[in-house]
Amino acid sequence: MSFSVGIPRALLYYYYFPAWQAFFQTLGAEIVLSDETTKHILDQGVRAAVEETCLPVKLFLGHVANLCEKNVDFIFIPRVVSVERKKYLCPKFLGLPEIVRHCLPNLPEILTPEINWGQREGKTLAELKKLAARFCHEPGSFHRALQAALTAQKLYEAKLRQGLTPQEVLHNEKAPLPAGNIRVAVLGHAYNLNDSFLSLNLLKKLRALGAEVITAEMLPAQAIAKGVKSLVKESFWTFGHQLLGVGNYLLRENKIAGLVLVASFGCGPDSLICELIERFYKRQRNVPVLLLTLDEHTGEAGIITRLEAFVDMLYWRKAR
Amino acid sequence: MKVTFPHLGSLSLVLSGLFADLGLEVIPPPPISKRTIDLGVLHAPEFACLPLKINLGNFIEALELGADTIVMGGGTGPCRFGYYAQVQREILQDLGFKFQMIVLEPPQGQLSELVDKLMLLCGDKRPLQILQAVYTAWCKIKALDKLHREVLRHRAFEEEKGATTKAYEKGLSYLQQARTPAEVRAGLRKALALLTQAKQKEKKDALRVGLIGEVYMLLEPYANLQVEKLLGEMGVVVERSVYLSAWIKEHLILSSMRLPGGLATKRAAAKYIKYFVGGHGRETVGDMVRYARRGFDGVIHILPFTCTPEIVAQSILPVVSRQEGIPYLSLSLDEQSGEAGLITRLEAFLDLLQQRRRKSLSRAFKFATS
Repeated sequence: MSFSVGIPRALLYYYYFPAWQAFFQTLGAEIVLSDETTKHILDQGVRAAVEETCLPVKLFLGHVANLCEKNVDFIFIPRVVSVERKKYLCPKFLGLPEIVRHCLPNLPEILTPEINWGQREGKTLAELKKLAARFCHEPGSFHRALQAALTAQKLYEAKLRQGLTPQEVLHNEKAPLPAGNIRVAVLGHAYNLNDSFLSLNLLKKLRALGAEVITAEMLPAQAIAKGVKSLVKESFWTFGHQLLGVGNYLLRENKIAGLVLVASFGCGPDSLICELIERFYKRQRNVPVLLLTLDEHTGEAGIITRLEAFVDMLYWRKAR
Repeated sequence: MKVTFPHLGSLSLVLSGLFADLGLEVIPPPPISKRTIDLGVLHAPEFACLPLKINLGNFIEALELGADTIVMGGGTGPCRFGYYAQVQREILQDLGFKFQMIVLEPPQGQLSELVDKLMLLCGDKRPLQILQAVYTAWCKIKALDKLHREVLRHRAFEEEKGATTKAYEKGLSYLQQARTPAEVRAGLRKALALLTQAKQKEKKDALRVGLIGEVYMLLEPYANLQVEKLLGEMGVVVERSVYLSAWIKEHLILSSMRLPGGLATKRAAAKYIKYFVGGHGRETVGDMVRYARRGFDGVIHILPFTCTPEIVAQSILPVVSRQEGIPYLSLSLDEQSGEAGLITRLEAFLDLLQQRRRKSLSRAFKFATS
């Protein structure tokens, strides 16, 4: 039996796609990705969502709508509650399957295993096993699929640490030359930064301006652990924890000339996490910060102007 | 040690008494005003939710009056509230205030963590005295909730506009003065008697509206632009889905014993959403279903602008409204919201509910006579 599983090219795609792909392919599925983001896809999402929904979730809805047009048998939208102990993902990931179901009509069957690694490892494994058993009855197939997924994910994360962005790895693009005159960290959610439509190709633009770009995925877990040591209480959001840790680490170790913070408008966790990072940097007074807020009305010209001005200032500071 | 805390509806009544009984000097923040919100907005992150901004304004105003210890709630996520204190501390430090912040984190399985933190506040008081103080506070919370429920029921039928509110304020002052459980009971009796003394119109079929949504926005009248009072004075019987006593029971007492709470609401929500989505999102859906099944005319959903758990709920409410046959009005409020705009929307909503009622009545009449 051959079947196709659709995966929206949005949100957690940028974090876990290699694992998902390996898992379903081992079970004999054909993977169908939604198209790369276009204005049309985003518009579809904006129309389906309630107004206040954040930009990346609107875009996610657009990608699901795009998959519906491709006649896939299933769409994979896991309910990812937690991926580590005592930490959660943002509430929107907890309710993502419900948001999709209640906002879009005429969906194919949605696969929504609950991934709650931090609190219920056993139940998570059981849910995945049940999912696997639906598609492949060979004994041991679940374990093979799980192993393949874990291996693929490890390989993916290793590649990211070499200085590639998720977009470059997932699209098999060539690595950029590491040469750059100034090092700039870009901190934000991978699903915003790596969608070239949403971020208006921010990372490439920075590189074109002669900057060596660092993102959170490029740093090892130890860096994050070092960065959060000075906090009274760690953040309970996995991504917020990562951003705070990396931000603090880069500041303390004096690794960068400038920091670009990218948030999407109305993002709950970002409103607090970016505020803290900004305050920590301001207190030290030696690394300039640029805060960019993205929404569906963000225009390319405005972003370019601000980036150019920011990079110019960094060069000027360096020369001084 | 001069202790202060954030405002939340009539909670300051309870906390002032509790801390005083524990032998602490209390400096409650001044009542929430335009200045409070302006201060909060000025110093808080731009798209943080309104409760954070109001809390911050409370703290600044209390510190200006000489408070040096802030008692604040915490949380384990994923709702933003659990991280408020961490951000507020940094903001207040950057503003140059000298203070300590005691964050009461909800017990994760063990009540002892919370008790340890509370002991920090209690100093040399004996355990029995502490227990007495806490018990009195608990009685007060329950009495306040009871009084509030009655106020909502009475206001729709008041003869003279504002009479119920006046009686309510008087009643609150009785409860504020009470220092023992017996005094609390007596205060409540007096307050309830005052309510029933106010002249009432004939109780004919008033519209019934349920209030659902995010906890802080529902409990703090300044934040929700006094929506209960507005509705009541328009002749609507209002019921609020959230009360502090029920919230404490579910989130502090039951959860510390690892027992589930709010089962009826969760069961009601299960058809639409079976999982916890942080904050109060699932309960919002469940409360709406329950009001529909109890035959309410409509519900009003109140959330602070950018509240993620409530936005998840908001995505589901249109479907609930269609399937359960109950109209709803979703109000996303922030520091920009004004009363005039709210009144217009409420009037339009109530008109719609009236029409709906007339229609279903005439349909029932036709059915009966045919």
